[in-house]
Amino acid sequence: MKVTRRGTVLVGAALSLSLLASACGSSGGDSGGGGATTASAGDVQAALDAGGTLTVWAWEPTLKQVVADFQTKYPKVKVNLVNAGTGKDQYTALQNAIKAGSGVPDVAQVEYFALPQFALSKSVTDLTAFGADKLEGTFTPGPWNSVHSGSGIYGLPMDSGPMALFYNKEVFDKYGIDVPATWDDYVAAAKKLHEADPKAYIANDTGDAGFATSLIWQAGGKPYQVNGTDVTVNFGDAGTQKFASTWQQLISGKLLAPITSWSDAWYKGLGDGTIATLVIGAWMPANFETGVAAGKGKWRVAPMPQWESGGKATAENGGSSLVIPEAGSSKALAYAFLKFADVDEGVKIRLDGGAFPATTAELNSPEFKDKKFPYFGDQQVNQVLAESAGEVVPGWSYLPYQVYANSIFNDTVGKAYTGAATLAEGLKAWQDASVKYGQEQGFTVK
Amino acid sequence: MTATTPAPSRRTSRPLVVRAKPLRNRRSVTLTVLTALMLIYTLLPLAWLVINATKTQAGLLGSFGLWFDGEFALFDNIGRTFTYGDGIFTRWLLNTLLYVVVGAGGATLLATIAGYGLAKFDFPGKKAVFAIVIGAVAVPPTALAVPTFLMFSDVGLTDTPWAIIIPSLITPFGLYLMWTYAADAIPDEILESARVDGAREFQTFFRISLPLLAPGIVTVLLFAVVATWNNYFLPLIMLKDPAWYPLTLGLKQWNAQAATSGGEAIFNLVITGSLITIIPLIVAFLLLQRYWQSGLAAGSVKE
Repeated sequence: MKVTRRGTVLVGAALSLSLLASACGSSGGDSGGGGATTASAGDVQAALDAGGTLTVWAWEPTLKQVVADFQTKYPKVKVNLVNAGTGKDQYTALQNAIKAGSGVPDVAQVEYFALPQFALSKSVTDLTAFGADKLEGTFTPGPWNSVHSGSGIYGLPMDSGPMALFYNKEVFDKYGIDVPATWDDYVAAAKKLHEADPKAYIANDTGDAGFATSLIWQAGGKPYQVNGTDVTVNFGDAGTQKFASTWQQLISGKLLAPITSWSDAWYKGLGDGTIATLVIGAWMPANFETGVAAGKGKWRVAPMPQWESGGKATAENGGSSLVIPEAGSSKALAYAFLKFADVDEGVKIRLDGGAFPATTAELNSPEFKDKKFPYFGDQQVNQVLAESAGEVVPGWSYLPYQVYANSIFNDTVGKAYTGAATLAEGLKAWQDASVKYGQEQGFTVK
Repeated sequence: MTATTPAPSRRTSRPLVVRAKPLRNRRSVTLTVLTALMLIYTLLPLAWLVINATKTQAGLLGSFGLWFDGEFALFDNIGRTFTYGDGIFTRWLLNTLLYVVVGAGGATLLATIAGYGLAKFDFPGKKAVFAIVIGAVAVPPTALAVPTFLMFSDVGLTDTPWAIIIPSLITPFGLYLMWTYAADAIPDEILESARVDGAREFQTFFRISLPLLAPGIVTVLLFAVVATWNNYFLPLIMLKDPAWYPLTLGLKQWNAQAATSGGEAIFNLVITGSLITIIPLIVAFLLLQRYWQSGLAAGSVKE
């Protein structure tokens, strides 16, 4: 559950090129998964009784407590929780280990945007063999769709990031700005705010692939169409156009703070009123509380601004799943851990740790929804966030090489944010580069 | 050094003589200012680091970067750096020391022995060895990291301390430095007379050559220590388990934590940790400065 920082890591670029190629080369084949891994709930229970050791690669902080409680419940199982890097660093390490055939963990955390890459190359296990398909309805539609690839289910959703508008009420009140209901209102608010205080901005953006794709998602754009190894990349559709024309106004008017998300300057800006709003995933409250102490009591949460007035559409931003690498050694035991962490006791443990669930039961429970957040002036923010989870626009998919595609976002679309090109030109360049890379990797890309 | 001043046009038949002024203790304002600027430029990041290591996470974001915040939290920060995450920082510090002592120490030893051997003994294929060493100096270690990773993973050494120590043992530049240094610092005549007196080669090396090589060894050692202490890319590729991380990777992991949802932003500990990380290097340089300077200059001037 994290938004990867956009800083590209050298290794990633260097390694993923060759590794993906080999991974995809061996991908063509049936989507039924290996028959040998077929297992039943009985096998999972047997594995728990027999015990063993599991290595889990994850960076999500609340998993530490989940692991502790899992080991208490099943004393014969020893879980090694390893932080093998955050986001892209970990994917690179995972690809390396899979390629090298040694040191592959039994369980790994993979963000939704990165999952198709591992699923298509069959480097993670299809969980339908363990009966994961029977969990239909357990999770909200956004994350549940995200773990599907073809007919397979390649991970269990750990958390989700339905988007909402976080805004600094103190700044809004000071300049008499209303909470924007539509993106047009948002642009108007941006102008009003920046005119009133040239040091204040409605938002920060120096180019963030995850954010841009989420907004296109909300606008109904479907730039990525994936069917097995047939891929279409098209940023010319109506949804993408809506995003591009609106966001271009903010860029051209210099209404966005030139601050990169997740940097120290960003945390500072969120605290001192430089950045007045944040449209981001529902997992953000925990970060506000630990990272933006200065903003306590000032921030509130509202529904995401809409592309059409009266609309309710939202999108997912960030969020991650737990997967079982195909090369892992004790898969039945690994599945037992997945189920504990993502479906059973673990959900509550993580919720108490500040995480945002992907499970419908928790999202609908009064205890969750009515919780008051002192940080947000005692607002019941989960009301807004839970509603957002139910309004995610269906039908979105990421590329089977989205990790790479996101890594070149700043080389292409990023130029638009510095004024060297328009957003439309930047998106076209991103499309071309993504098509080219996909073809090099052996996909049929249009 | 040629001083050219535009000669005022004068009707004279005397040729204009441009005299090179001797290099004496002449004060140049320009150079002094430039040096001062350079000094500030170099020390500014260090000052920033020291100042900001005294701030809390909130103070860090809420105060001017180059001056102190109201609250002096340095000792609290140091304490938390060593206790945060079950004291993992201490583990990283010990890992780094292990890599430096075994890796850089071994690298220096190997470079010294090999450099001495190459400088003082003739054997067939020496030119080829020379070419390979020079070639190896030109290859950046970063370029070798990925092939090394694949090789190490074949033999199952990734994610172990050996994955850092073994590559650190190789220092082509150190070898080359010891080679040229040994060639100049140890006169052949001394070796000859030792041999005539009946000393064996190892005796000669340890009793006679090693003391003569001391400044060179310190120089190579410092190079190797700095390279290993700051090593980032190789561990990044080789290690997955934070229990084997050196400080460089560990600090990066702490820094990255702020960019994960639910992760606690601990920039104050990252900064304090960085300060603690550079102190041993500064101490090493100050203590070994004398040797280091003489070693660096050696070989550049032929007497």
